[in-house]
Formats: sequence, C-alpha cells, structure tokens
Amino acid sequence: MTIRFTQDHEWIKLDGDVATVGITDYAQQALGDVVFVEVPEAGRELTKGKDAAVVESVKAASEVYAPVDGTVVEGNAAVADEPSLVNTDPEGAGWFFKMKIKDMAQFEALLDEAAYKSFIAGL
Amino acid sequence: MAMNNQGRDSTPHAVTVAGEFVTFTGNKALQQEEALIFELDNPGAVGVDLEAPVTTKTRLGGVKTRAGVGLPSLAEPDVVRHYTRLSQKNFAIDTTMYPLGSCTMKHNPRLNEKMARLPGFGDIHPLQPVETVQGALELIDQLAHWLKTLTGMPAIAMSPGAGAHGELCGLMAIHAALDARGESHRRRVLVPESAHGTNPATAAFCGFTVDTIPAEENGRVSVEAVKAKLGDDVACIMLTNPNTCGLFEPQIREIADAVHAAGGYFYCDGANYNAIVGRVRPADLGVDAMHINLHKTFSTPHGGGGPGSGPVVLSDALAPYAPLPFVVHGKDGFTLVEHAKDAGKAQPFGRLKGFHGQMGMFVRALAYILSHGADGLRQVASDAVLNANYVLASLKDVMSASFDGPCMHEALFDDRFLKGTGVTPLDFAKAMIDEGYHPMTMYFPLVVHGALLIEPTETESKQTLDRFIATMRHLTEKAKAGDLAHFQASPRLTPRKRLDETQAARKPVLRWVKPAA
Amino acid sequence: MRYLPLTETDRSAMLATIGVDSVDALFRDVPEQARLKGPIAGLSDHMGELAVERHLSRLAAKNTTASTVPFFIGGGAYKHHVPASVDQLLLRGEFLTSYTPYQPEVTQGTLQYLFEFQTQVALLTGMDVANASMYDGATGTAEAVLMAARINKRNKVILSGGLHPHYRSVVETTCGVMGMDIRAQAPDWKNAEDLSALIDGETACIVVQTPSLFGHLRDFTALCEAAHAKGALVIVVVTEVVSLGLLTPPGEMGADIVVCEGQSIGNGLNFGGPYVGLFATRDKYVRQMPGRLCGQTVDADGKRGFVLTLSTREQHIRREKATSNICTNSGLCALAFTIHLSLLGEQGLTQLAQVNHANAVTLADKLEAVKGVKLVNDGFFNEFTVKLPKKAAKVVSKLAERGILAGVPVSRFYPDMEGLEDLLLVASTEVNSLEDMDALVRGLEEVL
Repeated sequence: MTIRFTQDHEWIKLDGDVATVGITDYAQQALGDVVFVEVPEAGRELTKGKDAAVVESVKAASEVYAPVDGTVVEGNAAVADEPSLVNTDPEGAGWFFKMKIKDMAQFEALLDEAAYKSFIAGL
Repeated sequence: MAMNNQGRDSTPHAVTVAGEFVTFTGNKALQQEEALIFELDNPGAVGVDLEAPVTTKTRLGGVKTRAGVGLPSLAEPDVVRHYTRLSQKNFAIDTTMYPLGSCTMKHNPRLNEKMARLPGFGDIHPLQPVETVQGALELIDQLAHWLKTLTGMPAIAMSPGAGAHGELCGLMAIHAALDARGESHRRRVLVPESAHGTNPATAAFCGFTVDTIPAEENGRVSVEAVKAKLGDDVACIMLTNPNTCGLFEPQIREIADAVHAAGGYFYCDGANYNAIVGRVRPADLGVDAMHINLHKTFSTPHGGGGPGSGPVVLSDALAPYAPLPFVVHGKDGFTLVEHAKDAGKAQPFGRLKGFHGQMGMFVRALAYILSHGADGLRQVASDAVLNANYVLASLKDVMSASFDGPCMHEALFDDRFLKGTGVTPLDFAKAMIDEGYHPMTMYFPLVVHGALLIEPTETESKQTLDRFIATMRHLTEKAKAGDLAHFQASPRLTPRKRLDETQAARKPVLRWVKPAA
Repeated sequence: MRYLPLTETDRSAMLATIGVDSVDALFRDVPEQARLKGPIAGLSDHMGELAVERHLSRLAAKNTTASTVPFFIGGGAYKHHVPASVDQLLLRGEFLTSYTPYQPEVTQGTLQYLFEFQTQVALLTGMDVANASMYDGATGTAEAVLMAARINKRNKVILSGGLHPHYRSVVETTCGVMGMDIRAQAPDWKNAEDLSALIDGETACIVVQTPSLFGHLRDFTALCEAAHAKGALVIVVVTEVVSLGLLTPPGEMGADIVVCEGQSIGNGLNFGGPYVGLFATRDKYVRQMPGRLCGQTVDADGKRGFVLTLSTREQHIRREKATSNICTNSGLCALAFTIHLSLLGEQGLTQLAQVNHANAVTLADKLEAVKGVKLVNDGFFNEFTVKLPKKAAKVVSKLAERGILAGVPVSRFYPDMEGLEDLLLVASTEVNSLEDMDALVRGLEEVL
C-alpha cells in the first residue's frame, strides 16, 4: 500500500487499483471540530485540483480537491453521518471517498510522506 | 413612649455562608431563567380581545381551512414579562460600551424613535395615492439631498434594505453601465483581501468573478498592486475606505484614477463612512458608487441585527441606471417614478425591494442628521477618530498594535501580545464580558493574525474610555502573568457560560418541537 | 451638541496623550485636496430637539394617515391593529440597541426570540424549518429562486401571474443578472392560469402566491405533485400572513420553500418599510438556505442556550461562495412579529383571521350591490378585486379627495396594460368598521 500527499493537505492511499482519499491530521487540526462533511457520489468523474468534497467546522469551510483525475467508487457515508470521525481518525475511519485513478503518473508525482512532513514543517 | 413593635434590623448581619449558593429556582435575583414561549402555554388564556366576526358567512371559493397552528396561549402580562426577561439577557449600547469594530455601535437617540412613530410616517401605506403622501416623499427627498451633499455625489438610490443590499445595487448599476457601453465582457471585480465578506459575496451574486488584491505590509492597498491586476476585463474595484484595518487609503486618488483609466469603476464600501462624514467628500476621492449604512453612520438602531438601510450614492456615469422607484420633484409637488416608462432618459436596471425603501429608517436618519447639522456631523468624524486614536495611544505599549498610527475611527490590534500566554483573542474577549464590556470584533480583518478591532465611536466619553483602557490593561497584565485558567473559564457571570457551537452545528436544532405526551 | 460627550478639555488632554496638536493631524493620510477646512456648505447647522420635532412634524402632517380615514388599501401591505405592548417592548434598549448576536453569552435574549420566531414561522407555514428573517417578502422570493437553482442546478423559473408585481420585478432584477431564464406569466386576474403545463426538465422552480395579488385562493397540491414529478421545486409566496390563521398552510400542499411578507403581524405600514421576510423550507434543504439561523445547544455547564449556527453558508465565512450576501436582516421587525403572534396565540390568530374574512365578505356583499361594480373573485381572504365601469385610478383619486382611501388600482402595478385599468384591489381587515364600509359604498355611488 502506497501513500501520497498534496500541498492542499489531502492524503491518497493506493490499494490495488482503488485509492482512498482523506484530509491529513494537520488539516483537521487547523480546521477544528468538523461539523459537516459532503462526499461525492459513486460514478462522479473527478478532475485533479477541482472540488471533490466539502468539509466544514463551525467557523471554516473548505473544499477537498481531487488529488488526481479519476472516478469515484464510493463516498464514505459514515463520515457524512458522523463528521467527528475526521477529527478522531483522519487517516483511517475519517476517509472521504474511494476512487479509480485514471493516470498513475499523476499519483506518482504527488508528495511522499517525508516530503509532506517537511512541507508542513515549513508552514 | 408609644412602642412601635414593627422595628427591624437596618444594618447587614455579619454572617458568612460556606459553599456555592445554588437557588431553588435557578434564578439569580435579577438574572431570571426563562423558558421558551411555547413551554409557557396556558391553554384557554388569550393576550388580545377581539370583537366577534360580523358574519359567519364565508367566501373561500372552495379552498380548505386548517385545523390549527400549534401556537401557545398566554395572557398579556405573561407575554410582557417573558420578553422583558429576555431583554435582560442582552448587552446593548444603552447598558455598556460596545466597541465592536466595523459595526459603529453609537448612541441611538430616542428622538429618532419618537419621530419615526409619528402617525404621519408610521401609519401611511406605500400604495396610497401620491397626493396623500407628499410629506413622506418630501422627507425622502430631503434625506437624499443631505446624503448627496455630504458625499458630493450627484445621484442616489434610496431603496436598498441594508449595506450588502446597497453593494448589490451599486454593482448592478455598474453591470448595467458596462452593458450599455457594449463592454459586457468586463466581469472581473478586484477586492482587497481585507474586505468585508459581503464584498466578494455580492460580486458573486451579480455574476462577477472575484480577484483578490493582497494587502501591503502597512495594511494599505498600493496603486502598484491594483495596476498589476487591471485589464480590459475589469468591471470595478470594491474598496472600503477607511479600510477594515481602520486606516485611510493614502493612494486612493491614484487608485481611482488608475481604475478609471483602465475603463473600470470604483465602488466604495461606505461601512466606515463615520470616520470621515462631514470632513471628506467621497466624490473628491474619485468614487463612482458608495453605499451608506444608515444604521451605522446615521445611528438608526441595530435592533439585534436589523432592520438596516443602505442608500447608494452614484456618480454621473452610473446615475442613469439607478433602480426603481425614485422620487422626483415636479411642478405639482413630489411624484414617485415606479415604472421604467416614466423614467425619462434614465434606464433603471430594475427593482431591488418591495415598495419604496426603509422609510422608518429614513425618518430616524434625517432626525439624526438635522440634530447634528453640517457642523455637528464634522464633529462626529473628528471625535470618532480622536477616541480611536486615544485608545490606540493608551494601549499600544501593552497590546500589539498592528500598524503605526494614526488610525481613523477604529484601532486594530493583533494577538502578538498574547504570545506564549496560551490566551487566545477569543478567551481575552470573553474575559471582557465578565468585566462588563461587549468584546471588540475578533479575527477580522483577515490580514493580521488574531485581529482585535476596537471602534469606540464618538458617543463614548473620556471617562468611559479611561475605565475601558484601565480594564484592558488589567486583563493584559493578567494574561501575561499566566492566569490562563481565568481566561479559559470566562465568562462566568453571564446567564450562560460558553456555548457549544460544535454541537449546535453537528446536530442542528433549529426550532422547538412539542414533546410527545 | 447633545449626543457628543467629549468636552474641549477632554479633547485637548486626549490630543496630548496621542502626541499631536490637532485632530487635523490624525487625518494626514487623506489627500490634501480632499480635506475640507470647515463644515460642508449649503447645509443647516445643528438643531435642538424642539426644532427637529417641529420640522419633521410639519412633514408628517402633510400625509393622510390610515387610521384617520376609511381605509381599504392592501396590495402586499396591510393595515392591522398592533397591541400597545409590542411597541413598548421593542423600545427596550436591550433589544433596540443591541447588535447581531455574535457573542452568545451576552445576547441570549435576542437568540431566544429568534429561536421562537423560527418556530412560529415553521408552524404558520407548515414547514420544517425557518431562518431568522430576510429584508422583506420580495427579496426573500428572489433568494428562494436562487436557492432552488442551487438545489437542482437548473436555470428556468416560472412566475405565476398572481405573484405580486414588485416580487416579480425583484426576481427579474436579481436573478436576471445571474443569467436565469425567467418566464413571468401575464397578470392572472381571472384566476385561470394552468402552470403545470409549463414545467419541464429544465425548470428550477415555479413561484406561486396565495392569496394571489388579485385575492384569489388556490390549492397547490396538484401543482406541487406535477412539479416534483419533473424535479422542479415549488415556492409559495404569502403576502398577507394573517391568512395562515385560517387557510391550509403551503407546507401541507407540498411546497418546497415558503416566503411570506410578515408585516401584517406586529409591524406598522411605515410607507413600505422596514418589513420582515419570512423564509421556511424542508429540513433536507437547510444547508442551501440564505440568511441567519439560530440553533439550540448547551453551555459549559450543560444548560440549554442558543447560538447562531450553520454560519459556513454565510458571507462572513464563505465570501464569494456564500448562499447569499445578506448580513443585516430584519431582527427587530422579527421581534415585533414574535411578540404580536405570542399575544394572539392559537385562539387569537384564528379569530383575527375570521374577523378579517368576515369583514371582507361583508364589504364584498355591499359592493356587489353598487350599480356597475362586479366582484371578480370566487373566493378570497381579506382582499378581492372588483371591476368598475370606469378607470380605477380615477375613481381612487376622486374618493381620496372625499377622504376615502379605496384600494389599489391594478394599473398602479401594470400601467397601460389593456383590460386591467378598470380593476381595483380592495382590502378589508379588522380595523374597518361597518361605517367605513358604508362610506366607501356611498363614495362609489357618487363617483361612478
């Protein structure tokens, strides 16, 4: 299983030909208590860098961008139902959606864990 | 002697009682707990005495009537007590200094309320024949004259219902003017990052795209930064002046000229007009459109969030597109133009509101304006700016001022002075509440970290400001002394302590529902 | 100047603290040529209370006030009796001079009445949830249209010919600039339009009104079913909110959004404003709603309290992506509405609605007996349309000269539209006595 990150604080984990996407621990801390999550429906076509999901805390609202091009396989109904999962388990049960990646080269070009860590250290 | 056996103690007992005092009722003397009106239902009671219908005959054309609404029943005394008790749970200008930056919480004279309630203003219908409302139209005309003269602008649209509605009016006039010029491709609006949220929201509402201009280190917008963004697709710039950092934009004239030279218009957000009213005319700054929040500068009451009123002054270039309706003074008195076909050469862009605008607010604003006069309004700006600078000068050694003075009508601090204390601007603000002050505006503008924006207004006395300054210095000292728990537990003396906004948003309960029996 | 507490001594001391010698020095960032040296020319100087009262009272005296004459004007704003305690409570400084309740610990009073207001509006309209108010019914209707388009991402809007013309214009103006395709129907004074045939797969919403501009009452149940079958939303507008004390609420007909002008309860005529827009919808659409929402929660001690919530929809957070640009709304008018409705209660509201209808029925009967006057409506609440043998605007003018304010000529809204110039809207509420009605009848007999 390989994991990659974006500078917009999404993580993307590859398992076989399906990737899972969520927001990082750093992002959930910056947002504060998450109160609302909107996840995409299965079948939706996503474009890298464009809106894919919505995450809101009491005083902040953010779009979650698609880290790569692809098609949504599943939106996480559990996190839409219980948004606090994003705070308690951002890189586990708090995932947003699963997608089929169109172009693996886009995935490979994203930040690896070390690169993301040094990116946030510089913020 | 004649013995009076009804004598009683008249000096307090020297008694102390250990432990926290919890009352049986939950009330704390003057602080009363109050249920929802629905929970006070007293079936069979009624708060009005109406006459019986003159006939039981109906002519409803076959539509169905409803079984019931589900409203509670109360007699008048219980309704009056309920809302009086609720009122006692509010801070207000009448009871405390309310230095909420960008909101201009000044004294609301009661003469204005009395005038708005004259039956000749309060009890007239907007669709009465115009010959029966000549005084009302004359009042609108007089207020329009004052606002145009004070700003130096040739035209005004009176109907917008509040500041954001005024922004919409101004941007729609710009939209219409661009269309008339055949330049409908101009759809980009420049908005500084320090702008009120309403600015980008309004631009988007009009179908424009928003392009953000970064602020300079000194809190201002530079003409170079504006020029870098100009192009032949720019519709206008929306600039607040004085800006939301409480600073006058020194390059405003150059910015206006650059925008005009590039074929765009200059929309000025007039939210902070109080700082310059009577001392500076926006027309002399190159403005094409500016809304005036009557509920800020001209002291119509904020009323817990409205109603407001947001007339928009317009330059000659935009005047023809002002919305319907408007008042004109003809040879037979005042008339009201309600239809485009009666607008002569003008090409109104449409209508923004039902009827003719916020008349009740117009009466209050004119009463306020006449009370001050041109001389008094100039003094308003002078004292508002003096008060803010006095606060800035008296606090900048202990709190971190974001920019060098002088400021205009509000003083901006940020959270650097709290660094290392663990106290956040929110904690600091909540501690002010227990000391009897409404907090300043926090976390706005976005261009500094942990903003604390203080707008005292001209209606606070020096004594009040001195007490406020002493309180702020005391709290600052307390924070720096490491008393974090005090701040985090604040407020403790209010009817409710800090409220759980996370729960409110996660599981919204937006109305009362009758509990199952 | 009575509103300015600083004395000259204070000013000098404060300038010394600041370290400048004059207030002018504080305005140094203002370009030299824009700095005025003295008060703006051509305007009067300050006045005492007495002088201001005299000036404004003179203007007020030039107007004919509704309470002093037989009065039958409606058309979207209605003359009702407002109990004295409403205004006395509004004048409490803690309500009047408070700001938007952004600091909940010190504004529980405002927040609780907003929560009560939202509940009352939801109950009246028969909907799940309501917001904390809009500027007025007309702007609320435009916001509802934009909301519908956000929900189903469609662009076409059908406006009933029974919709108040000011509402229609505000929708055309504010939604038109967004590029929406707005199909306003011809004035439906005969209550004959069938809108279900116009709905197609591109229709975002359909906007209808009951009682309509012409006073007609409609049941929209079938229309709602037809719209929903095609994925369109139905917005029901009510300009006379007292009618909801008697008639089936739009929520029971299947409406998706209900917008009302709330002026009739608690608020005076005020020559058209400030009024209060009521805005209600279904739970599932709450995140697409414009405007402020108050919600229930608990404080640090677990006690019930109220806060503004779901704020991420709003301009101060979402900026250009907000559901609306609205900020200031109609807080104090909402309070007036809430207090008046609390005084009325279940029994009072029902009775008020019955009295209004009974008066209108009585007046309609009397007017039908006048030669040449024809009642247009089959059914109505407290306002109906009559067809006169002459131009209604002329008749209204002549009656005004006789001290009777007879109603709204339809031509005031639709000038130069053929077939409408003889139509007059006549409203009768609880304020009209039988003597008022007889005065109108006599007046009409004289001028027709």
